Amino acid sequence: MPYSAEGEGVMSMNRRQFLKIAGVSTIVGLGGTSALNALRGSDLEASHVLTDEKALNAKRWAMVIDMSKFKTGEDYKRVIKACHSIHNVPDLGNPKDEVKWIWTDTFAHTFPSQPNEYMEEGIKHKPFILLCNHCANPPCVRVCPTKATFKRKDGIIMMDQHRCIGCRFCMAGCPFGARSFNYKDPRPFLKEENKEYPTRTIGVVEKCTFCFERLARGLVPACVEASQEAAKAAGGEPGMFFGDLDDPKSEVRKLLATRYTIRRKPALGTDPSVFYVVGGDKNA
Amino acid sequence: MLEKAFTGSRSYWTWIFFLLALVGIGFVNYLYQFKTGLGVTGMSRDVSWGLYIGQFTFLVGVAASAVMLVIPYYLHDFKKFGKIVILGEFLAVAAVTMCIAFIFVDLGQPMRVLNVILYPTPNSILFWDMIVLNGYLFLNIVIGWMTLSSDRKGIKPPAWIKPLIYLSIPWAVSIHTVTAFLYAGLPDRYFWLSALTAASFLSSAFAAGPALLIILALIVRKFTKFDPGKEPIQAVGKIVTYAMIANVFFFGLKIFTAAYSQIPGYLYPMKYLYFGIEGFDKLVPIMWASSILAVISLAILIVPALRKNETTLVLACIALFVSLWIDKGFGFIVGGFVPNPFKKVMEYWPTMPEILITIGVWALGFLVLTLLYKIAVTVREETAGIEIEH
Amino acid sequence: MKLYDGGKIIAGIIIFFFLVTFPFFLNIGKVNAKPEPKIDTPEIQKLAEKKCIEPKAFMRAEHMTLLNDWRDAAVRYDRRLYVNSEGKQFTISLQNTCMHCHSNKKKFCDECHNYVAVKPHCWTCHIAPKEKES
Repeated sequence: MPYSAEGEGVMSMNRRQFLKIAGVSTIVGLGGTSALNALRGSDLEASHVLTDEKALNAKRWAMVIDMSKFKTGEDYKRVIKACHSIHNVPDLGNPKDEVKWIWTDTFAHTFPSQPNEYMEEGIKHKPFILLCNHCANPPCVRVCPTKATFKRKDGIIMMDQHRCIGCRFCMAGCPFGARSFNYKDPRPFLKEENKEYPTRTIGVVEKCTFCFERLARGLVPACVEASQEAAKAAGGEPGMFFGDLDDPKSEVRKLLATRYTIRRKPALGTDPSVFYVVGGDKNA
Repeated sequence: MLEKAFTGSRSYWTWIFFLLALVGIGFVNYLYQFKTGLGVTGMSRDVSWGLYIGQFTFLVGVAASAVMLVIPYYLHDFKKFGKIVILGEFLAVAAVTMCIAFIFVDLGQPMRVLNVILYPTPNSILFWDMIVLNGYLFLNIVIGWMTLSSDRKGIKPPAWIKPLIYLSIPWAVSIHTVTAFLYAGLPDRYFWLSALTAASFLSSAFAAGPALLIILALIVRKFTKFDPGKEPIQAVGKIVTYAMIANVFFFGLKIFTAAYSQIPGYLYPMKYLYFGIEGFDKLVPIMWASSILAVISLAILIVPALRKNETTLVLACIALFVSLWIDKGFGFIVGGFVPNPFKKVMEYWPTMPEILITIGVWALGFLVLTLLYKIAVTVREETAGIEIEH
Repeated sequence: MKLYDGGKIIAGIIIFFFLVTFPFFLNIGKVNAKPEPKIDTPEIQKLAEKKCIEPKAFMRAEHMTLLNDWRDAAVRYDRRLYVNSEGKQFTISLQNTCMHCHSNKKKFCDECHNYVAVKPHCWTCHIAPKEKES
């Protein structure tokens, strides 16, 4: 210390020194305990938690959407309702606060980098299905400061709602507008609750998760299942397909090999996993 | 030395209590926001950052301004800044405090803020922003306090202060570079996606911060017995001038790229801010106000006679500060979100609770600034006539 | 020894004393019964072996840590099966496993939590089962 205590012996301590030592000890004591706790990690050993054998596995999950198979309003409502109802997605009713995991918009808004005023009228006015693209090179994961959003080994961009601090950096980072924030408490805006799935709380971000909880039980995403079951019942072909992009024998790879597909904003290098079949039937 | 902040005249205490009242109003509104959610602000699914993050961005710049006094004084022996470097350092402390407060009020789950430390994520720029901001706060508190208390005793500061002071110079540049990196690497946000963003942040920081410093120095001269001196203020004025020239020039570069390439990603946000698109034009008046104020301030600053006249100088500084506050504290943020990723326009304007919380945080910053300046000014008054030796 | 500002100091000490002890004063006379979490839900009564996923003593002491570990296992590591100390498997899910049997949050979870004034923030997201009249 540059200044010595006045009128006291060399070994005694003055008030300022005492307060400094007390303050530092308190901080080290409190901070040290919590730091040690944080570093302690999980108590569960690896042998105690397993993956279900029924679970569907992949190296990279992907979706192919054939918009030509979506013909009526009911076709769209069906897949959106399948997702939003089982995941307790609230209906805020206004574009400012709205929360949506899967929705529709026109070609011009889905693919804004491909403006074409003179394109075929059928496609020009047809609603397209939009959702999180589960990019292989996701900017949202890159910017998240807590790894609350992260990329799984199977390519799914996951959300950990327990960890999200609601900074909304991921929303700024996503070039596809796929993410929603809970600007209000979502529960009053839920007409029906699915008691087997949680809701979210105010102040966290949410989005499509490729139905990770269904994949863990051996089921495909709800939107895909709804589309395929409706097609089977009507004797037609489904509009949504799901599979492993890394498996050359998967349904999605076969579709990609035989049809012309596009992705949203590919020039940005995010490598989206959702493909749109273009063209299709005569009256697509 | 802290006790010097708690003795003062009647007008001093009136000012303190006025600030405390504003902080109180802001706090009550924050409780409302905490309970109801960030939906009480004007932010939306498309414009997910607004006034809070804008103010944080602007204030990081103001904080970096301390370095504009530190470099001439400590690296180039410009003795004239000896007595006022402390004003820059304490302004930095107040500004960084406001930055941290603005981030906190913007979080959806503020109780989980420590997750950023518990789960460090080096690939996230927000992680580095937390580190550099807190580091700069720490540096300026320690450097400011140690040098001031040494001045009070009429002795040289301890030797270990020098490396910290030298460290604070690149650190000041880093806080603004890192903050710019929050924006400059996001795909498809063309208003932000430019190598020039960081340079423009630095130039506006080195203009706005010292401009505020000039205003504060003149207030200090008016209300206390400490006179920062005419020559130091003139020197800071020259720094402000060159920084603002650079800032306006960088803005011109941005306009050229947008207007000449005519690529929608670059052009539409500019068009929205300055002319409106599809009938949406909420921000047009204030963006033009910002540009006009910038031109006025430069017109005064460039003319030596007008810059030397302290009345016109302070007018120029006020115009400049307001201009950059609108530009970096508001327009810059909105430009990255409008139009949205679907090329549609969702407008943003702050709500009353949002504005009151913002005022509350500014009042908190000014409270910290007042208390610290009171201490600094009192020490300068008590040691008037004694030369500074750092 | 002279006590300077004695009036202010003694007044301050008295105010401090009341601030620190007012929770005790506030609760004088109130009877706080021992918590009695009820495990007689219809779902538990239907079980052949009335056992939780782990023994009662372990659950009482460690359910908080266990739930945190379950959270990370299911959400972050994609492991949704728990193997308990006896080798039996359970699906990792607060809503569908724990609350399936303990479907009476008010008479079970809240009993102890209210007593020790703990407010776990699970329930803002995880849907608590509707209370049945038992």
